Amino acid sequence: MKYLSEYRDEEITQGYLQALRKVVTRPWTIMEICGGQTHSLVKNGILDMLPPEITMVHGPGCPVCVTPLSIIDEAIALAERSEVILCSFGDMLRVPGSSRSLLEAKARGADVRIVYSPLEAVQLAATNPDREVIFFAVGFETTAPANALSVVQAHKQNISNYSILASHVLVPPAMEAILSDPENKIDAFLAAGHVCTIMGMDEYDPIVEKYKVPIVVTGFEPVDLLQGIYMAVMQLEKGVAKLENQYARVVHRDGNKLAREAIGEVFDISDRTWRGIGEIPKSGYEVKDDYRKFNARLKFQLEKMVVKENEDCISGAIMKGLKKPFQCPNFGTKCKPEHPLGAPMVSSEGACAAYYQYAGMKEEVL
Amino acid sequence: MSTEVRPSIALNCPLPKLDFDVITMGHGSGGLLTHRLLESGVFNVLKNELLDQQHDGAIFHLEGKTAFTTDSYVISPLFFPGGNIGELAVNGSVNDLAMCGAIPQYLSLSFILEEGLPMTDFWDILLSIRQASEKAGVKIVTGDTKVVEKGKGDGVFINTSGVGMIHPQANVHVNNIQAGDQIIVSGYVATHGVAVMSKRKGLEFETSIQSDTRAVNHMVKELLDQLGEDVRFLRDPTRGGVATVLNEIAQQRKLGITLKQTSIPIEEQVEGACELLGLDPIYVANEGIFIAVVPADKADEALRILHLHEFGKQAAVIGEVVEDHPGKVVMLSRISGKRVVSMLTGEQLPRIC
Repeated sequence: MKYLSEYRDEEITQGYLQALRKVVTRPWTIMEICGGQTHSLVKNGILDMLPPEITMVHGPGCPVCVTPLSIIDEAIALAERSEVILCSFGDMLRVPGSSRSLLEAKARGADVRIVYSPLEAVQLAATNPDREVIFFAVGFETTAPANALSVVQAHKQNISNYSILASHVLVPPAMEAILSDPENKIDAFLAAGHVCTIMGMDEYDPIVEKYKVPIVVTGFEPVDLLQGIYMAVMQLEKGVAKLENQYARVVHRDGNKLAREAIGEVFDISDRTWRGIGEIPKSGYEVKDDYRKFNARLKFQLEKMVVKENEDCISGAIMKGLKKPFQCPNFGTKCKPEHPLGAPMVSSEGACAAYYQYAGMKEEVL
Repeated sequence: MSTEVRPSIALNCPLPKLDFDVITMGHGSGGLLTHRLLESGVFNVLKNELLDQQHDGAIFHLEGKTAFTTDSYVISPLFFPGGNIGELAVNGSVNDLAMCGAIPQYLSLSFILEEGLPMTDFWDILLSIRQASEKAGVKIVTGDTKVVEKGKGDGVFINTSGVGMIHPQANVHVNNIQAGDQIIVSGYVATHGVAVMSKRKGLEFETSIQSDTRAVNHMVKELLDQLGEDVRFLRDPTRGGVATVLNEIAQQRKLGITLKQTSIPIEEQVEGACELLGLDPIYVANEGIFIAVVPADKADEALRILHLHEFGKQAAVIGEVVEDHPGKVVMLSRISGKRVVSMLTGEQLPRIC
């Protein structure tokens, strides 16, 4: 496939691996932010091909994984109301809430539907005027523009039976939370290419400056990832910390202005709780007051739910890169994709599920 | 958009005059409406000497070792690019028999129809059942029709069962598989699943991908005619895809399987759609291909036989049975990295981003 096969070329990846082996002189720990990058690293078997000095840790960039239990419970509570059609992206359905998942709620009769775009949910609202259509607006900066547009469109078309349950999270505050953790051992970051496609690169300059940490905006294919890792290692070996762009074929310094304007029109920056990490100030989006009638939380007067995470799940340590999935005593035993204890085992982009799916039950398999 | 051509148009065989233009509860009552639907519909379209007996069951002779299979078909949408539920129901059971090393002969056919189903849809499904059974060389010899209230079905559910004589040279069993054997896939993977998904509500995307639903029994027979017992194992990778079948083999036989990603035949459009939807093609359902396990020294011959067949042009060796990592399937990625290919858990769900 054009623009994909070139970035999956064995010769080029081997070239980067050789170059890495030549330049690396001591151990480095690099975090890839995005779950898509984690997925690709594991799926392509890259982790086992890297020089032993390089340790990749898997960041919090899987939207499914960081959505807190309380918000999933909110979504389920909404879905179980008889007037509601709850629309969601597919991979949120299997995530366990405190008592059940949306998939189980659906099996018990809740009207839960998989959609591929929030605009589809708006259309559903238009064709079902006697029902309340709620879109479960989950995701990082990447999905926010489309979700914002759905609100703008519903507003323009006077569709009053549409609202969104926003659970948007932002990358830079999470990176800061990780870097300011006293246990942090991350030497460099591969920033999430798709997030930067929307947001641009400027918001990472202050992080590089403040924490003296190399950040390389990186894509998702094997060649992208290895080139990104190579660029990060080169900086580390030289003792410099810069913001670099490996994914220049997609990411521009200024990002996508139109998309950012759509976000700014509909969302305000808000504090947000991250599953496994806790509350991070100014790390999410909430629907602006001007659009309050499209905010499902206000519309249905949801009370803030306080629920406890499963104590057996160490997702926080996993997502901060402090532990590997294999180091969890429940990995592959009590916790499997069919019975996940926590969210990283649910989405294929979650670190635990990626390890389980592609690396097998135990490391020695390979 | 869809390139689907309804059998009634393709065959120039319009719907006969019936009392209603939709299925009603009366069509399942066993009374006059049922009788008319069967007479002018089912019996007329699927005509053969055994069905014509109109007995409570079909009566026929079977000789030698026989395979017997059953399967139910529930699919949305009922009509998809390249096929519909009717031909799927025939091809599915025909292929299941072929995978046993059998020569499919007779099928039963049971409909559960939902009240309100357009009669034209029912007619098109019937016609394509006839077409598919003619192509596969099987006869529909007995059946049943029930109607459920609106909202209690999904248009049409079909069950087919089938019997067929085991090919005299066949000995297809998972226990015959040996380390060193080669794994062959008979055609492009993931085509059916992606074709169906491309027409699901809310996901319609512009594509010319057609389902590969078809009977593979003739292709399998040629393989068995020429290779006999060297066809050690056959399985059609329907739900769960190629990955699931190979995992089943590895686990049942307690041997390992290595796969080479670059050897797996896939159409570029299908691969692109999978990328877009976040699906792994080796887990996507297929309807017109099969996996064959043959000894290493017979692999070239098997490929030669398959390549001569119109549905086998893309057949390829995709992997090997090995002593290492028993019970596990390990794939060599495009860039020569290794990963375990596990069983599919639940349904593949499209990703957020």
